[in-house]
Amino acid sequence: MHIDLTDQYRHSESLIHHLDPRVKVVVTLIFILAVGLIRDGSWIAFGALFLGILGYAAASRLGMFYAVRRSIIAIPFLLAAAPLPFIISGPALISFPALNLTITETGTIRFVSIMIRTFIAVQAGILLSATTPFPGLVWGMCSLRIPRPLVAVIAFMYRYIFVLADEAIRLMRARAARSPEIPGKGKPSFIWRGRVTGSMVGSLFLRSLDRSERVYGAMASRGYDGEMRTYSTFHMRGSDWVSLIVFSLLILGSLSLMFLR
Amino acid sequence: MLFSPTPLHIPDGFLSIGVSIVGWFLAVIFIGIALRQTKDQLGERQVPLMGILAAFIFAAQAINFPIAAGTSGHLLGGTLAAIVLGPWAGTLVMTAVIAVQALLFQDGGLLVMGWNIMNMGVITAFSGFAVYMLVARLLGTTTRSRLIGGFIGAWVSVVISAIAAAIELAISGTSPLHLGLPAMAGVHALIGLGEAVITVGAIGLLQASRPQVLTTGETAPGRRSAVFTLIGLLVALGVSAFSPLASAHPDGLEFIAELQGFLGLAQDSSYELMPDYTLPFLSDPVLTTILAVAVGTLVVFGLVWFIARTSVQRGTIGE
Amino acid sequence: MHHTLDIQNLHFSYPDGRKALRGVSLFINPGEKTALVGPNGSGKSTLLLHLNGILRGEGEVHVCGKELTEDSLRQIRASVGLVFQDPDDQLFSQSVYEDVAFGPLYMDLPKDEVAQKVRQALEAVGMAGSEPRVPHHLSEGEKKRVAIATVLSMDPEVLALDEPTAGLDPRGRRELIQLLRGLPQTMLVATHDMRMVAELFDRTVIIDEGKVVADGPTAQVLAEPHLLEMHGLEAP
Repeated sequence: MHIDLTDQYRHSESLIHHLDPRVKVVVTLIFILAVGLIRDGSWIAFGALFLGILGYAAASRLGMFYAVRRSIIAIPFLLAAAPLPFIISGPALISFPALNLTITETGTIRFVSIMIRTFIAVQAGILLSATTPFPGLVWGMCSLRIPRPLVAVIAFMYRYIFVLADEAIRLMRARAARSPEIPGKGKPSFIWRGRVTGSMVGSLFLRSLDRSERVYGAMASRGYDGEMRTYSTFHMRGSDWVSLIVFSLLILGSLSLMFLR
Repeated sequence: MLFSPTPLHIPDGFLSIGVSIVGWFLAVIFIGIALRQTKDQLGERQVPLMGILAAFIFAAQAINFPIAAGTSGHLLGGTLAAIVLGPWAGTLVMTAVIAVQALLFQDGGLLVMGWNIMNMGVITAFSGFAVYMLVARLLGTTTRSRLIGGFIGAWVSVVISAIAAAIELAISGTSPLHLGLPAMAGVHALIGLGEAVITVGAIGLLQASRPQVLTTGETAPGRRSAVFTLIGLLVALGVSAFSPLASAHPDGLEFIAELQGFLGLAQDSSYELMPDYTLPFLSDPVLTTILAVAVGTLVVFGLVWFIARTSVQRGTIGE
Repeated sequence: MHHTLDIQNLHFSYPDGRKALRGVSLFINPGEKTALVGPNGSGKSTLLLHLNGILRGEGEVHVCGKELTEDSLRQIRASVGLVFQDPDDQLFSQSVYEDVAFGPLYMDLPKDEVAQKVRQALEAVGMAGSEPRVPHHLSEGEKKRVAIATVLSMDPEVLALDEPTAGLDPRGRRELIQLLRGLPQTMLVATHDMRMVAELFDRTVIIDEGKVVADGPTAQVLAEPHLLEMHGLEAP
């Protein structure tokens, strides 16, 4: 797995970046919900939402195709939907009588619709994390009434993935340094390799466990009593409310386009 | 950046809204219970421990395990997390991982996260842990039984999780069950081997350097409920998967012939093929039946679990 | 009894049976800067962890005149600023501001007072204006300084630091030594950095195998090479 652990956040002085993070989180969720509600084959509605993505990316001064570029990656899951054009009953598009297979119009519409939904939804997520620094996302989660302890766990996790990923990389480098390819000797067995990987995982676990104990000690040293205390540095301004309403209306408007036939 | 350790991170668009809502409903329940259980179990350490171990799982998922010809396997980690922390803490840890992966890296969707949490968090943690404990009960708590239990548990957890995902996709009308289920189950039977081997390697290391860690997990809250949960989940999944399959499961060629024959009738007769591929409106009787059965079973199971929990003495450790 | 540390006959064993402290007694006077030196595994870090009750052993610990008990823990933790060896353990929040504000926040101070304390603490360590920065973007030296700020914001009377110069490049080390020189608090600093000991600390305590084996003016202690060698140390 390749983790691009550079921050997903891209700074820029745009109106979108300055929006209260809660607005961005809520708008993204409404958007993805709308994407899910659009009926198969409502190309106009899909198009409207896609234009919204492009506009949002442009308004964020990230470049109109920022999210589009980053979403063109093979999704193994598309294979799961691949049989659809062959399976769903409906008027036939292309027939392969020799193979007893028919691609139907309905099936193709369904498949393409799913593909579009996925791409647009992913792009919405990309724009959210690009325009909202993580503490803002955390605050957004709090405002969605996600339980505080869970938000705190997620915040801690984010803080330490970089540290632990470094340790994981060091373990992998150490393993690579000790695993030369010796011509003539066969490669070590699957089982052996698995166990080495497992040992690395196990030792990373122990290091993490010990670190969590030290971090807890540091928290206790500064008076931690188990209750999450936060203060917000975010305040909803008039412009935030206006943006929230405007974006929501635009999304609902695009959604309603699906009734155009 | 849409690489996943296993193809279990369902993206947005692949599950219908109705199915997604059911997934969130269940996830919220399980997360709520997990929060309370881990608070009881860990006290003030809850947040830093769960958070850092979630980061651990995330980092551990990145460690690659070269299989062959450039492909690598990776750990998913639900079973391992449950083994060392108990199933509820394991669930919570995996939830954090799945949430961050979806939010930041678009690895898994936001609307469908409910089911991703259920599949990769709840189902893996509980089924893997239940198998691990069952093996320990059968063979005694020895090093060998832990390794065997960990191996089978990890493998089972991945396969069951994949089957669940296939069923969710089928109910949503995205992937036909008779193709999706064998494909998912088959692929993950292989991936599960990787998970099993890595999990065993980790348990082995822990057994050698700090065995107390393993005993802590084995006495964590949730051991009994894990077995109940596993059984309940299997029942629910089985019932919901097979309920519309009134007739025998058709094989490949037979199926295609039936499909061509049913072209005109397909809109209405929907009982034999699962699922019938009219567009999946919730008004379709097949789908509502399946959903109702699935939800109903899970709710009943949930009630059973609650009753079982309140009648078990709280705070007992060395059971 | 302000600004003092009083440890009497402290014994401590780890859960696995290892005896880490065997009857340590120590009294640190107000404003005194004391170095705690000894080989690895001698009990330096373990001793520091007793100062604010993270570890509890047998024997008495009095911090600024108050005895360390279950009830006085919160008060004492505000009086002793414990700075860990790895700053990543200490910087666990989403931003520098949140980390430095953590202590005052949990002391239930009002918001503007919290902000003021954060500003003052960051200024004292030479990191003024770094409130919005993210911990994993800081350099090692910056992290160490912010870590000190996270305890300074609680206005402690005593500072206890574990290996403050470990892992720093020469410039970072120089900056840190300057910083410590300027802080007025009573200090107990565990370290291997003998040159810093000679430069900064009036008093040096050698601890080995959980016991205090030497305690006196730095110049005196460091002038005995046999003593130093016997306990795994070297003269600067």
